[in-house]
Amino acid sequence: MNNETVLTATDLARHYPIAAGAFKPKLSLKALAGASFTLQRGKTLAVVGESGCGKSTLARLVTMIEPATSGSLVIGEEDIATASLKALAHLRPKVQIVFQDPYSSLNPRQRVGAALEEPLLVNTDLNASERRARAQEMMSNVGLRPEHFDRYPHMFSGGQRQRIAIARALMLEPDILVLDEPVSALDLSIQAQVLNLLTELQERMNLAYLFISHDLSVVRHIADNVMVMYLGRPVEQGPAAEVFANPSHPYTQALLSATPVADPNHISERVVLKGELPSPMDPPSGCPFNPRCPKGFEKCYADRPILQNISDNVAVACHLFD
Amino acid sequence: MSLLDVKNLSVEFRTAHGNFRAVDNVSLTVEKSEVLAIVGESGSGKSVAMLAVMGLLPWTATITADVMAVDGKDMLNMSPKARRNVIGKDIAMIFQEPMTSLNPCFTVGFQLGEALQAHLKLNRREKKERIINLLEQVGIPAPEKRLSSFPHQLSGGMNQRVMIAMAIACQPKLLIADEPTTALDVTIQAQIIDLLLKLQQDTGMALVLITHDMGVVAETAQRVSVQYAGQRIEMQSVKGLFSEPHHPYTQALLSALPERAVGKKLASIPGVVPGQFDRPDGCLFSPRCAYATPRCRTESPVTANADVGFALCHYPLKEGNPEGHPGKEEAVA
Amino acid sequence: MTDTLAPMPEELDNRKTTRLALLIEFWNYFKENKGAVAGMWFFLFVCLVAIFADVIAPHTAVEQYRDALLVPPVWQEGGSWKFILGTDPVGRDMLSRLIYGSRYSLFVGCIVVSLALGVGIIVGLISGYVGGIVDTLIMRVMDVILSFPALLLALALVAILGPSLVNAMIAIAIVQQPHYVRLTRAAVMGERTKDYVTAARVSGVKTPRLMFSTILPNCLAPLIVQGALSFSTAILDAAALGFLGMGAQPPTPEWGTMLAEAREFILRAWWVVTLPGLAILLTVLAINLMGDGVRDALDPKLRRS
Repeated sequence: MNNETVLTATDLARHYPIAAGAFKPKLSLKALAGASFTLQRGKTLAVVGESGCGKSTLARLVTMIEPATSGSLVIGEEDIATASLKALAHLRPKVQIVFQDPYSSLNPRQRVGAALEEPLLVNTDLNASERRARAQEMMSNVGLRPEHFDRYPHMFSGGQRQRIAIARALMLEPDILVLDEPVSALDLSIQAQVLNLLTELQERMNLAYLFISHDLSVVRHIADNVMVMYLGRPVEQGPAAEVFANPSHPYTQALLSATPVADPNHISERVVLKGELPSPMDPPSGCPFNPRCPKGFEKCYADRPILQNISDNVAVACHLFD
Repeated sequence: MSLLDVKNLSVEFRTAHGNFRAVDNVSLTVEKSEVLAIVGESGSGKSVAMLAVMGLLPWTATITADVMAVDGKDMLNMSPKARRNVIGKDIAMIFQEPMTSLNPCFTVGFQLGEALQAHLKLNRREKKERIINLLEQVGIPAPEKRLSSFPHQLSGGMNQRVMIAMAIACQPKLLIADEPTTALDVTIQAQIIDLLLKLQQDTGMALVLITHDMGVVAETAQRVSVQYAGQRIEMQSVKGLFSEPHHPYTQALLSALPERAVGKKLASIPGVVPGQFDRPDGCLFSPRCAYATPRCRTESPVTANADVGFALCHYPLKEGNPEGHPGKEEAVA
Repeated sequence: MTDTLAPMPEELDNRKTTRLALLIEFWNYFKENKGAVAGMWFFLFVCLVAIFADVIAPHTAVEQYRDALLVPPVWQEGGSWKFILGTDPVGRDMLSRLIYGSRYSLFVGCIVVSLALGVGIIVGLISGYVGGIVDTLIMRVMDVILSFPALLLALALVAILGPSLVNAMIAIAIVQQPHYVRLTRAAVMGERTKDYVTAARVSGVKTPRLMFSTILPNCLAPLIVQGALSFSTAILDAAALGFLGMGAQPPTPEWGTMLAEAREFILRAWWVVTLPGLAILLTVLAINLMGDGVRDALDPKLRRS
């Protein structure tokens, strides 16, 4: 299994202009800034953060639903960051996505078989029986009975629908699969089934995963590398094992300590953050984390820290490490 | 006398496809100042059971129980008028979605005032003082300013705090929290859980926490009741549950946790929770149980006794092994 | 216990999904509403009458019996079995005219609804999907149409185009546009942001297919209901235009036109006025009841279970 790099992102940013009223200058909502990372085949990069951290924006940029405002995003050989969406049509088969909510990510009026065949219908010139054969093969790959081909989505459970969504994403044999909280809406026992399925498919098809989640116990299990985000910017980045063993950024530490541990004997030294998640429309000055940071000092209110390496593999954006 | 005493509660819903048993002979007790967690996945009936106690189920539901009493008062046969005096005052409930649980058309102050008005006789000044007091208790900064805020102006975490304030407004003896943190971010979740525990300790009220998150259970509960497909399949202390589960489902659920994964594969439970159309004969967990025998598939189990956690199983687990099990060959048969 | 890829052992939902099975399921929900079922039977009765008019009607719609002017219905004094519901001022049989008139009313309803639906859906789709300046323009045009009283606008259009049944139908179809456009637009805007639409885009589905194959089928339920209800509005509007002399011209046995001719006979010969009016009333009522039933049956939130 090779680990070639299939995606390189450098300083990706996405701003949205917001109208503030007829006579005021336009505000700019910085949903994402300064994101740099790579994706390799057979490896999983987990993006971790809470509401407003920019992880959904990142997913939309990588799947080419929206163009970036600046930065570069190289998929294969091409830099697509600011290209128009028409020019990207031929790259679509390389990056596919699985959404969080299994109940709204399948077309309620489309039979499951037709949903699986549609990517082939639109992108290839296979005939009807070839498409059907491929779709049925993919259904068994994800653990569904091929007889369910003609069923509608509402006749399946949440876990089964998520399998269908995964099957649909894999129909075009992509290099990269973006998984936007794929198991958050599922029960624990179904979550385990779907995670196992994802692991198995990654090995079999040598896929690169961009795994977005807020559930750190899942991320710990499945991620090779992790990128922790806060208010649109990465604050800590590196191999998952190192970041979880020795979290450096105060936010990472708070996040890890806030995650409940399923062990009644575990005494949690809880770092409970005060305050609310800030709104991206009105970010604090200096380091965006400073209102809630238990270790803030004067420099934090004035300057925004930049992401820099504190060891071979781990990068942190925090003045404590300047 | 227990604060909440429920014996053999069953809830059936009338549907176009026949009757559906959402809760099947569930029993539980909650003592004063205790924290009980009710754990289960979707379809376990955990929310429906508590909604039945509160009287919040739709007309299509038929509720039957041997005993359903709050602080000695019988809730099952109570008139709606008498019930309204108990609900919200002695026993309160908070729900999962803070953004939709508050009325979007009215301010926070008005809604809190409503909660007080229904049960306490206070004049305007006293009411306002009490509301500000409550908002402080739940940790909302600058409470005087918040009185005239609308729910959409507050974040999810703030809204949940307002809900909690409404619930504790009349100092209930029992608070039922139905997945209070599932819709919230992790750091806010930690804040809300800490708040609930602090309130529970300060006021001495009992707390029933309905959740599917085993981590939350481990950190907050004293006792745990596990439900599966509408039945209570185990109930014991939290430390006991995590170290020595007595029902195969609890054991399987715990090994499916990502923290307990050995290697790349998680120990998952094959199959799905039975719904309305595919209820098995015998034990409801038998299609998915690793220890299932022909007896399990035909004969419904009875609740075992306290030393095996009231497990609803023919062969409850002791130290991880099923007691009295005929052996692997019989199981596969 | 680690069976991840073993096929699901249980059948979760075994209901058949053939078109017939879905139709049967729809019928089961529909028939819970007794009024809707009654409306449906009456409507079917009217359709049958229209189809078999040539066979059922005792006379033609235009033959004038000079010796039988204003004959009362059979149960009144002076009535006869030759003209069961009596005759009109020029001696034409009322029953036959009513029977043939059903053809016109149904014709009007079908054409108007088809026109309005067809154009309205496309305009609404574009408006809802594209958004921006196109959406604003379209909605302002619709607002202008809406700001005129429907009948007045139809009258104006017919006055320009010339009085005839076809022109009346075109006018009514135009006047009904805003309802369909708004409904479709609202539904499209609601569905457009859903995940399955994004998933289809990521799979490479292009805009036309996205609009018509992916989004539109999910917007149809309110449109079907609106179609049923505006069928009856169309009949009423055509009758009103006919009553005003701007729709079907005499001697066409359209129910509204029949009403117009009979205005002066309200006291003298009640049957000439009342019977066409009753026909309009019952047909419109039946269609409205049916439309209500269709809406209830299609809306999953209103279902019992």
